[in-house]
Amino acid sequence: MPAPLEPPIFAHSVSGRGGVDLPPAGVPETDIVDLLPGVALRCSPPTLPSVAESQVVRHYTRLAHLNHCVDTGFYPLGSCTMKYNPKVNDEVAALPGFAYLHPYQPEEDVQGILELIHELERGLLVVTGMHRASLQPAAGAQGELAGILMIKAYHREHGGTARDTVIVPDSAHGTNLASATMGGYNVVEIPSSPRGIVDQETLRAHLSERTAAVMLTNPNTLGLFEEDVLEISRLVHEAGALCYYDGANLNAIMGKARPGDMGMDVMHLNLHKTFSTPHGGGGPGAGPVAVSERLEPYLPLPLVTRSADGTYRLDYDRPRSIGRMKGFYGNIGVLIRAYCYLLSMGAYGLAQASEDAVLNANYLRARLQSLFPLPYDGPSLHEFVLTASEYGSGAAHDIGKRILDFGMHAPTVYFPLIVHEALMIEPTETEDVSTLDRFVEVMKQIQRELTEDPEMVRTAPHTTPVRRPDEARAARQPVLRWSPSSPGVVHSSGSQA
Amino acid sequence: MLETIGISSVEDLFTQIPEQLRTVTPSPCPDGLSEQELRFRVDALAARDRLPGPRCFLGAGSYRHFVPAAVRALVSRGEFATAYTPYQPEVSQGTLEHIFEFQTCICELTGMDVSNASLYDGASALAEGAFMALRATRSESIVVSAGVHPEHRQVLATYASGPEFAIHELPLDPGPGTTVVPGRAAAAGAAGTPELPPGTGALLVQQPNYLGIIEDLAPLAEAAHAAGALLVVSVNPAPLGLLEAPGALGADIVVGDAQVFGCPPSFGGPSVGFLACRKEHLRQIPGRLVSQTVDEDGRVCYTLTLQAREQHIRRARATSNICSNQALSALAATIHLALLGPKGLQDRAALCLRRAHHLHSRLCALPGVRPLADGPFFNEFGILLPYPAREFRAAMRAHGVDPGVPVERLWRGQTMNERAAQIAETALLVAVTELNPPEALEAYIQAAGAVLGNRPAGWCDDPERVAP
Repeated sequence: MPAPLEPPIFAHSVSGRGGVDLPPAGVPETDIVDLLPGVALRCSPPTLPSVAESQVVRHYTRLAHLNHCVDTGFYPLGSCTMKYNPKVNDEVAALPGFAYLHPYQPEEDVQGILELIHELERGLLVVTGMHRASLQPAAGAQGELAGILMIKAYHREHGGTARDTVIVPDSAHGTNLASATMGGYNVVEIPSSPRGIVDQETLRAHLSERTAAVMLTNPNTLGLFEEDVLEISRLVHEAGALCYYDGANLNAIMGKARPGDMGMDVMHLNLHKTFSTPHGGGGPGAGPVAVSERLEPYLPLPLVTRSADGTYRLDYDRPRSIGRMKGFYGNIGVLIRAYCYLLSMGAYGLAQASEDAVLNANYLRARLQSLFPLPYDGPSLHEFVLTASEYGSGAAHDIGKRILDFGMHAPTVYFPLIVHEALMIEPTETEDVSTLDRFVEVMKQIQRELTEDPEMVRTAPHTTPVRRPDEARAARQPVLRWSPSSPGVVHSSGSQA
Repeated sequence: MLETIGISSVEDLFTQIPEQLRTVTPSPCPDGLSEQELRFRVDALAARDRLPGPRCFLGAGSYRHFVPAAVRALVSRGEFATAYTPYQPEVSQGTLEHIFEFQTCICELTGMDVSNASLYDGASALAEGAFMALRATRSESIVVSAGVHPEHRQVLATYASGPEFAIHELPLDPGPGTTVVPGRAAAAGAAGTPELPPGTGALLVQQPNYLGIIEDLAPLAEAAHAAGALLVVSVNPAPLGLLEAPGALGADIVVGDAQVFGCPPSFGGPSVGFLACRKEHLRQIPGRLVSQTVDEDGRVCYTLTLQAREQHIRRARATSNICSNQALSALAATIHLALLGPKGLQDRAALCLRRAHHLHSRLCALPGVRPLADGPFFNEFGILLPYPAREFRAAMRAHGVDPGVPVERLWRGQTMNERAAQIAETALLVAVTELNPPEALEAYIQAAGAVLGNRPAGWCDDPERVAP
């Protein structure tokens, strides 16, 4: 069995080592047992690694080398908007005047950060055309849940308690359905039209006095604009229901169109997509939730408001609020980065970003659709979805793996669910044409290999730090934590268990 | 590029957007700032904030701990910061392995079998833990201790308002400040306590509770199990090098926030929620899980697993809607824990404990100051003052000391429960960490002596006024 690339930090342990030095307490060194009478104390400490700082730095630096990331290469992961993350934003978020602030400092101490939150909200409202926003939700899915709970609170106050159903198109993100369920709703999925967008007649047939809301992504996950969105929102409102807008794809339309103008009642934004905050290997993100005037009373609390004297304060006097989604005020470090992005771009810059994102996507689409068919061929915005179905089941998976061999990340595969063997490609605006051309060459080569040397694709990747993991084994016999007896674990002596 | 696409201008790509929806760029329209201008602008904002220093004793759910430089140096690396969720394991082993390490650390700290890859924060993790317990017990009724942080209870209530789960509150015993154990038979000199309501699926407690008091978990676990419920413990992991792991005391699900490791307060976020459980509840766990496995060559590696629980596969029937989590903050916590090691974890906790107890005993010796409760505490404690805590705080701040969080501050935006209403106005929560050196403790005591010696109008040192 080959040695692991880099054994877990626990395997580097050497008894007695440590990586911190603490100051002396400077107070009487009373025995802990005397300070905690009657408390159940631990007999032996938790098994954490005993390692020196130099070992820690080397271990995590080696781990870092095993990752693909935006900083190392192209990341056309559809629906995830993996654009470049400007470094200045990280530096600003780490300023002591932001990072060291305690959430319970008096408002007079934290006027700078409160102003930043307030200004970011105003900027997001300009971009979205909405009325008011809470920046508290920690991620898009939490913003969705906040939106669903606001919809529920609205119906509760407007005689709509019989409304127990949320309608989503079959192209929707999984979070839409999961958030609606978590909010206590039944979910009905409606099929997309042959053009890949919401079919008005189908929607009309499903709308009823049981409908609480319809959730829309626009442009949708096929990268297509819901052209009938005004008609859709009119239908939904006529049925007494509300419109939810999933802002995951906002990167396509900044400065071009606004959800508020589309008749949307509530939406979330993914600042870790559209507003360039880094994804962090899965988070933290930020998922502000923005509403129209009629849902404003239900926003999570507190909001940041500006007083007549120009000072900022936390507004808790919101008796109809749904309450809170998380502790304190949100993922502030992420909000700071998004604010910096807004300031750096300005309104024209944001419109330019969307134009470039759409241009890049259409350029790639034009060059790739002769290689792999485009099952829904309406005009694309920021992303498009190809199908690899002619190469059989598993082809999209294999193609994604083969792309890794060229120092690029795979597209999103097998999503949206309405495309078989889907390859969902979103280049973003921060790639230049030479990168896009290189990607086209890679796709050409892979397409050739699919007929001439299919084994090359089926067994890919070949050049990555590890090859395909045994997923079935992981699911059947999950090993979810390190232990000295874990199979194949190398101990600090170098021998294998 | 336009030629390849077959259009004459970029505008042609947006014609599918109906004319009446097309935005005219708003006016007045701000231009973008250069990097240097941006720095001037935001540096000025940051400079308007007052930095908490050694004499800041704020806690109440966000704690000021020293973060070694190596943590920030490593989590700032682009390979970690600018990667997405590790959906392609072949090029994500760095992320997957550090999540595996995080899961291990959380299991070790909490005494549980399995941990997920992180949740948003401690408050939402509590709500997720409650929902998970209800799934496991097929129940719709939650009992929550009055010792759980008010903001966390508010998050729980917000989450529960969707599926309309019932929430009942379990009071605190005013003497020790610990949660009343349900179903206690009457004993000599003591009345019995009510049983858990029938159909309870989850009993939620916080350790230490929001008033700083260390709960006795074992009898609470017994009471929960006797009623067919699971015990969900929301824990501050900082003292878990000293305190017995909740898992060893009968907890079924342990949630919490690992902000105390590697994450500066950052005005409340990002921090890192976690959720750990016993093996038998593995399939009910929300969020991502990383498993060790082998690749085609038999090499040990890591991958996301059991994804059929998650929203992108299971959609409407997922165990949670969570997608993005707090992976990078979890990395910060893992690195800080690795630097601390078992001894550093214990030493840091002991340092905080000793300093807090020292300050507590000196403060409680001042005239007019009384302990809020007499149960054991770790690094945070409550005191009752002879007049409103907010006034005491204002006076102390004039002496350069931010003495703690008035309890009433935690209740902004919601109605206090009975016990809180009795004490909140004069109660102050004081947190002490390694960032409060002995000189700062001394400064606190001196300032408090001066402030309390200088009685404001309305002074009242009749202890009955605030007696529980």
